[in-house]
Formats: sequence, C-alpha cells, structure tokens
Amino acid sequence: MFRWERSIPLRGSAAALCNNLSVLQLPARNLTHFGVVHGPSAQLLSTAPEGVPLAQRQLHAKEGAGVSPPLITQVHWCVLPFRVLLVLTSHRGIQMYESDGSTMVYWHALDSGDATPVQAVFARGIAASGHFICVGTWSGRVLVFDIPAKGPNIVLSEELAGHQTPITDIATEPAQGQDCVADMVTADDSGLLCVWRSGPEFTLLTRIPGFGVPCPSVQLWQGICAAGYGNGQVHLYEATTGNLHVQINAHARAISALDLAPEAGKLLSAAEDTFVHIWKLSRSPESSYIEVEHCHGECVSDTQVCGARFCDSSGSSFAVTGYDLAEIRRFSSV
Amino acid sequence: MSVRTLPLLFLNLGGEMLYILDQRLRAQNIPGDKARRVLNDIISTMFNRKFMEELFKPQELYSKKALRTIYERLAHASIMKLNQASMDKLYDLMTMAFKYQVLLCPRPKDVLLVTFNHLDTIKGFIRDSPTILQQVDETFRQLIEIYGGLSAGEFQLIRQTLLIFFQDLHIRMFNNKGEEVKRIEFKHGGNYVRAPKEGSFELYGDRVLKLGTNMYSANRPVETHMSGSSKNVASWAQESIAPNPLAKEELNFLARLMGGMEIKQPSGPEPGFRLNLFTSDEEEEQAALTRPEELSYEVINIQATQDQQRSEELARIMGEFEITEQPSLSTSKGDDLLAMMDEL
Repeated sequence: MFRWERSIPLRGSAAALCNNLSVLQLPARNLTHFGVVHGPSAQLLSTAPEGVPLAQRQLHAKEGAGVSPPLITQVHWCVLPFRVLLVLTSHRGIQMYESDGSTMVYWHALDSGDATPVQAVFARGIAASGHFICVGTWSGRVLVFDIPAKGPNIVLSEELAGHQTPITDIATEPAQGQDCVADMVTADDSGLLCVWRSGPEFTLLTRIPGFGVPCPSVQLWQGICAAGYGNGQVHLYEATTGNLHVQINAHARAISALDLAPEAGKLLSAAEDTFVHIWKLSRSPESSYIEVEHCHGECVSDTQVCGARFCDSSGSSFAVTGYDLAEIRRFSSV
Repeated sequence: MSVRTLPLLFLNLGGEMLYILDQRLRAQNIPGDKARRVLNDIISTMFNRKFMEELFKPQELYSKKALRTIYERLAHASIMKLNQASMDKLYDLMTMAFKYQVLLCPRPKDVLLVTFNHLDTIKGFIRDSPTILQQVDETFRQLIEIYGGLSAGEFQLIRQTLLIFFQDLHIRMFNNKGEEVKRIEFKHGGNYVRAPKEGSFELYGDRVLKLGTNMYSANRPVETHMSGSSKNVASWAQESIAPNPLAKEELNFLARLMGGMEIKQPSGPEPGFRLNLFTSDEEEEQAALTRPEELSYEVINIQATQDQQRSEELARIMGEFEITEQPSLSTSKGDDLLAMMDEL
C-alpha cells in the first residue's frame, strides 16, 4: 500500500513528453534532486526528506538558428564513476552541466544536414554507461561522448548506427562482469530495440523488432530488458538473445515512463491512462526464465502521467509528473 | 517539434469556431439566409486554395496570439461583426474544446479522425454550394495524402506538439446551473472498456470517434463562464509579459498567411450585423470591462489582405504618375512590414 505524500510545487507545469522526470538521490547529503521539462525551460529542484523544497533553478535551451524558441525534449542526471553530470537535450543540441545545473561544461550542436524540411531535428534519450554518456538523436543515430573524470574536455567518441527513426529512450546497467554481456539498450519511434555491449567501441549484439507502435521507454536490469510501448504493453526480453519472455497488457493508453529500483528488482510503469503500476521482476531458479508479479497499482486521478521515477533504490517511494500539472506528486509505501 | 502540426491545429480550431458561430446564429435568431451566407463566406475563405497552400508548408507553430489574429480576420470575412469581448470568448471556447479533444484521443492517430469529423460537419454546412464543397474535398484529399501514411511515432510527436501549444490553458466551462460540465476527466478505478474499432481514414466513412463532432448541435443552452482564478492567471501571465523576440517573424508569418486570404467586400444594400457570444449586450459589455489584464489578447489590427477593388484603384492612380527614377530597394522584409503598419 502506498500513500500520497506532500507534493512538491513546480514553477511551470510539466510538458506532455515521455520520461519527463529525472531524480538524483543523494542519500549521503539527505537530498533528492528532481528535474522536469516545462517546454522551452527545464526546472531543477532539490528537496530535503519529506519533500521539503530547498532550492530551485531553471535552465533554458541554448538559442540557435530557427524561428521559434527551442523546446527541451529531456533532462536527465548521468551518474558516472567519478562525477555526476546533468544532461539537457533540445531541438538545437545537447547541453551538459555540473550536477546542480550551475555551470555548463559542454555544448554539442545538432547537425541537421541530412534532415528533409518535414523532419523535426532534436536530441532525445540520455544514459550513462561507464565513463560514457550516450545521447539519441532524431535520425536514429546515438552519439557516444567520452567524459573525463573532471573538467570540460568532453569528446564525441563514436556515433552508433542501428536505428532509422528518432530515438526515444536509452537504458544502461553496469556490466555484470561476464563475457558478452548486454549493458545498453536503445529504443526508437518505430518500436525497434537495439541491444549493445559497451566498451572503447560499442558493439551491437542484437535487435528486437518493433510491431508498429513507438517504444517510448526502456529499462535494463540483470540482463532483463523491459520495454514500454505506445499500445500500453510492457514486454520483458532476455537482453542478450532478444527473446520475448513476458508480455504484459499493463495500461489502457500509451506508456509514458518506466523506471527501475535495482536493489529490489522493482519496475515502475506509468501511462497516459492515469495509472502507475509497480511490478516485481525475478528469474525462475530452475529455468532462469523471467517472471513478473504485480505489486501495486495507483491511480493518479485526472492526470495524464508523463514522468515517473522511484525515489530510492529499494522502490519504497516514487514520484510522478503530469501534463499541465504544476507539482510533483510523491507516494511512499506504508 | 513536429513541422506538420499547423494544418491540423488550424482546421480543428476553425471547425470548432464554425460550430460555435452556428449555435450563436441560431440562438440569436439570425434569419436563415443571412446565417447561411456568413458560414459560406467563412468556410470559403478558410479553404481558399492559396491560403491552404501556405498553411500546408512544413513550419513550426507560432504563438496562440498570432493564431488568434487569423481567426479574428476569418470571423469577419462576411457581413457579421464581433466585439472584442465576444471574439475573446470565441477564441477561448475554440481552444479549450480542441485541447480537450486532443487529450481524450485514445490513440495519437485519432487526432486525424477528429479533423475528419470537423470536416465532415463543415461539408454539411455548405452542402448546397458545390464550389465550396469542392474546395473542402480538395483539402480533405490533401490531408489523407500527407497524414494517411505517417507512423504512430510521428503522430505521437504531432500530439505532443499540440499539447505544448495548449499547455497551461485552463478555462472551465459550466452549465446554467453552475455545475462543471467540461474538465479534463479520465475514467479511473478498475473498470475497463474494450477499445473501440479504428475509425475510417478515407474521404467518406464511419469515424467511430465522437471527438470533433458538433457538441453545440442540440439546442441545450450551454452557458460558458470564464474562470478568473488567480492560479490560472499567473501561469498565463508568465507567457505574455516577456517581450517576444520573435515578434517580427510572427508578423511576417501572419502577412504571408493572410496575404493568401481573399476577403470579399460586402457589396450591395445588404447590411452587416453583429453577433454576440453572450446572452445580452450588457453581459458582453460587462465581460469586456472585467476581463483580467493578464488574459487580454492585445490585438493589433493589420489590414494585409488582398483587396481587389483597392488594388484596381491603386493601379489606375499609379498609372497616372510618371516614374523617372528607380525606387530604392528596401533593406529588409521586416522593415517593410513595420512601415506598412505605421501607416495604418
């Protein structure tokens, strides 16, 4: 059972994007950071325990050529071995900041060279993999940036080809230490998933084809790839082989966000149908087949949920944003 | 965001506008032939070929204010007049209705079905005028051609673009008992309904979806009141206070779009009339006085449309002048436009 905790007010409402909430937990300092995209600006908030708001900051997309103010597509914290960077993607390019958003350390302008006049040009999909940060683009290419332990000397080290339609989301997990282990999944608007192994050069391990609906959100945990689709389904795949193990008719409308609590193996799914569901993932000890159990369903009334994240790694609390909602709703288990 | 959003936005808002005007014309007992003339004139101007050409060019969306200017011009394309208060209310109603429809669409591609519902009803309004009917059918075919083959992902992007346009717009509507009739409301709790079958995307067909059909067609008096709660006003105010660095771009966009609008001047003895979106003149005056500063649209009237009579006059007058030297070229299009406005 979960109960509704004190909400955190936002300066501007959340935009109708997918994966529109990023959470950075800093248990050592008793702080939690939240990041939400409003439209042309993104809001960063830091809160004390019990959701008491402390500080707040707004970031904007860097202006560039074009006739309207650039819109931000996503804001996300990337936790790397020696530092944490905040990444902001927009219709102009990719901005990277120190984790509190105070200083911009890197700017990458998108190359719209091959775009036809009818294509929208933007970056979307952000994840950290070891000392790399991977960012997706409108063309389907995934940019891999090499991040030094400190300083602004960030370099674009690789461009991954594998997708033909705009990237929606990227998920990573620390390599499990075995050979040939999948540790990154990229998803796109056509529903195609690409599974990669990271390294000085990334290797494409397998592709999981789509079925006519976009895949707005993916997560990766212990070799299990969880993908949320535009038709409300959540699929669980064996990442290295791409085999489908479980198909859940989880929601009545398009899924807008997925999140994972790695310590407990809990998966959070949120959709435009106002529901948030929590699932428990596991593997059967005999067959090592993926199994799933429904833990909890929460209806966030009258809210088209557009972002959802666990607020702690054991999955005992989560936060949610909704289109036109000027607050972050928090829930914790009793 | 998506550069293919403007035609859908424009046609759906236009459709809602026509539904509301049709209802008000009936409520105000405007004689049938006058009412038909007004709707015919507006529909004919909306679906004018040159205008549609400009509209369908891939481009980003502009602000709500810029778009309002187009609808104001459109509403005055005939013998009907609207005061500012009524025009404000009309625009508020149009935008809220379409926002509600976009939000409730079960599938992103359904926004195309909503557009088709609007066009089907518009065709009903002009059923006796074959030329205008042809214009509408032409646009219908263009929509099918351009949007028929787009993927679910592209429609999701269009939907997100529309929702960003409508973000932070909160105007609640009440019936005459003061009960809230429309608000973003979703079903909640464990009862699920089977998804309805997909509607037809052809020129003619059963759309299945009811969103985009005329909700004013039954003669229920649906009163509408503007909500002036401070919470909503604050977020609206944030948008309008900051000076818009793209003002020049927006003016150019308007000039291009309206340059394609052919407005027929009311000729002959037929007098114009004024349509009221409120139930009485006093109410309209009261609404104009009490509209919060932050919600005002601050409209500038730009006479940038084609005018057959005037251009003939001008041509004749210019023919009588002798031009001895080359006129100097202007430095930028923006300056031209601003100079033209100064002369108004």
